[in-house]
Amino acid sequence: MTTMSTLSTTPAATTRAPGGKTNGTRRRSVLVTVLRSVLVVFFAFPILFMLVSSLKPDLQIFADLGSWRAFLPVGDVSLDNYIGVFDRVPFGQFILNSIVISGVTVALGILVNSMAAFALARLRWRGRGVVLSLILATLIVPFETLALPLLWWVNKLPSLEADGFSLAFKQGWLDTYQVQIIPFVANAFSVYLFYQYFDSIPRELDEAARMDGAGWFAIYRKVVMPLSGPAIATVAILTFLPAWNSYLWPLMVVQSEELRPVMIGLQYFFQMNISWGQVMAYSSLITIPVVALFLAFQRSFINSIASSGVKG
Amino acid sequence: MSRRNRRIAAASLSVLAVAGLAACSSGTGGNADGPATISLWTHAGGNDAELDVVNGIVEDFNASQDQYVVEVQDFPQDAYNDAVVAAASSNNLPCIVDVDGPNVANWAWAGYIQPMGLPEDTFEGQLEGTLGRVDGEVYAYGYFDVALAMYSRQSILDDAGVRVPTLEEPWTKDEFMDALAKIDGLEQYDYALDMGTGGTGEWISYGYSPQLQSFGGDLVDRSDFQSAEGALNGPEALEWAQWFRGLVDDGYMAQTSGEDSTADFVNGKSGLLFTGNWADTTVKDAFDDAVVLPPPDLGTGPKIGAGSWQWALAEGCEEADGAREYLEFAHDTKYFVEYGNAVGLIPATLDAAAEIPAYAEGGENRIYLEMADQFAVVRPETPAYPFISSVFQKAASDILAGGDPRSILDKAVADIDRDIQQNGGYTS
Repeated sequence: MTTMSTLSTTPAATTRAPGGKTNGTRRRSVLVTVLRSVLVVFFAFPILFMLVSSLKPDLQIFADLGSWRAFLPVGDVSLDNYIGVFDRVPFGQFILNSIVISGVTVALGILVNSMAAFALARLRWRGRGVVLSLILATLIVPFETLALPLLWWVNKLPSLEADGFSLAFKQGWLDTYQVQIIPFVANAFSVYLFYQYFDSIPRELDEAARMDGAGWFAIYRKVVMPLSGPAIATVAILTFLPAWNSYLWPLMVVQSEELRPVMIGLQYFFQMNISWGQVMAYSSLITIPVVALFLAFQRSFINSIASSGVKG
Repeated sequence: MSRRNRRIAAASLSVLAVAGLAACSSGTGGNADGPATISLWTHAGGNDAELDVVNGIVEDFNASQDQYVVEVQDFPQDAYNDAVVAAASSNNLPCIVDVDGPNVANWAWAGYIQPMGLPEDTFEGQLEGTLGRVDGEVYAYGYFDVALAMYSRQSILDDAGVRVPTLEEPWTKDEFMDALAKIDGLEQYDYALDMGTGGTGEWISYGYSPQLQSFGGDLVDRSDFQSAEGALNGPEALEWAQWFRGLVDDGYMAQTSGEDSTADFVNGKSGLLFTGNWADTTVKDAFDDAVVLPPPDLGTGPKIGAGSWQWALAEGCEEADGAREYLEFAHDTKYFVEYGNAVGLIPATLDAAAEIPAYAEGGENRIYLEMADQFAVVRPETPAYPFISSVFQKAASDILAGGDPRSILDKAVADIDRDIQQNGGYTS
């Protein structure tokens, strides 16, 4: 934590003292600012194009391509595309589904992966090195190769289904919320992030807590987790993004429209005649929660990533 | 928790468990006296016009009898095929599916769909391209077809001084090239021609393989569908490839066009547009003097693709008789007309066309029906088609990018032949 905060505050301290700058430092500062501005433009313009195009009719989007008008809300600007989106797809249902799926995946992911990492980082038991290696080894297996076996497996699992006031067993998890959540709760990268962070917390804290009569779960809950805000924020964002962007898996396992997440909804607009304005409007709408989450957690997220990077 | 509360909780759980077990034991027989459910999947999600027609047919069928209830599940088009393949992998196929025409043979071979089992005379008067046949048996039928066409403006052709081609007298290859040179000479457009070269996926096979066929080549030897040798790398195919790339070399066409060639044409970026008749409304809305032109005769007559979305009976359907009953019920001119009116594409039967003013004799869209009837070449009806199509897509892209046509086509043939061989000729 100390290293991390030192690293993040040093550049700010340098730029906050203009009076003491030499010419070389000033030139470097201008250069850095220009470079940053170029990067901002590079990364922000696609988003700006999306937002601006969402306000234009299809033909105008293409007419404006190749000029600065593509990035300006000029011409026949209206909210018609947004109205079209709400007419065409059950947007509220899709976004609610994605919020539920992503939210529950994040909450369970933080719980399960942090507990696994705690056991690996703080408890002493034979074979934990091997277990950690095995967990990390799963990182090299792309999800696409696991998709079909996983589909077969979830189709065999039993589930309880509410039928009025009674419960009935049903074979298969297809077309449910849990099939979109449970397979993605345990995550090797999240375990690794938590493991790395927990490993940096002084063990003396554990010993002090044990002296006070705390068990391992109390140490996890009352000592380690409260100190792990940046790691939790990073795992939350890194779990949320793929859950929110999930496309292949829900495509394979969800058949009912009322259970579909937002990314499947995007495909509704790709017909023989594509309404690009509506595509942009829908894309803008589904980007908002992601940007909001990032803004809420950005300080912790950047701190944790910087911390992980320094510790390599 | 107090002892009393624990007792209440335990009793509640017991009641729930018993209720659950009771529900389990009666779950399978619950619907024994009611109508059987037939699930139907469609790719029309997001296309309200088409989906409304599907729902209307289903409502009519459900109201017409009390033995079966058809339930519709819609998917967005681009996600549909993957959803069906995933469902087949987990034995969760519905009873009725819609299937894109060129995939019919593959889905039949893969065991996703079965012969429809309807009398042959059911399909009298239907455009052949709208029937999914495998070994002569009908596996699927469609309500509409699409046609490839060229669009321009009368004023452009007049300024360029070229004649308007007709169905009876389409442009020859020389006339077509002359027209491109003259439109290019107007120096009013970025490119004389837009063939949607920025398109990807099936568009490449659907759009450009008819041109290959018009030269005299083909995607595969259709005598037995066992090899592409000679068809895709013979002298005619080579000539097509050189002509195709030549359009870019001569500056008539972009190597990679914009994302939406119709929008670019309407915005005045090209003088001639080659696309499907789904662009009809956009072009005619934009220009009072829009003209629809047949594709050129590049050697063996004008050719266009055929085969759009069709309905089929899924393999493993427990209510196959009911599903057949639905498919027979739905094959009614009334519904072909409704489809034609809703989607604006070519109605699949002549009877339906006669009831839709735009497609009736003398109607403004009749040309599409005539082209579908006279020039359509069904994409190869072989289970290997999806692979052949993917290979052709890569070959066409490589040719457009300036690769050596002969080596590209030879490699494409080798890839296709290897796939057919590895799959035992797709005969079982």
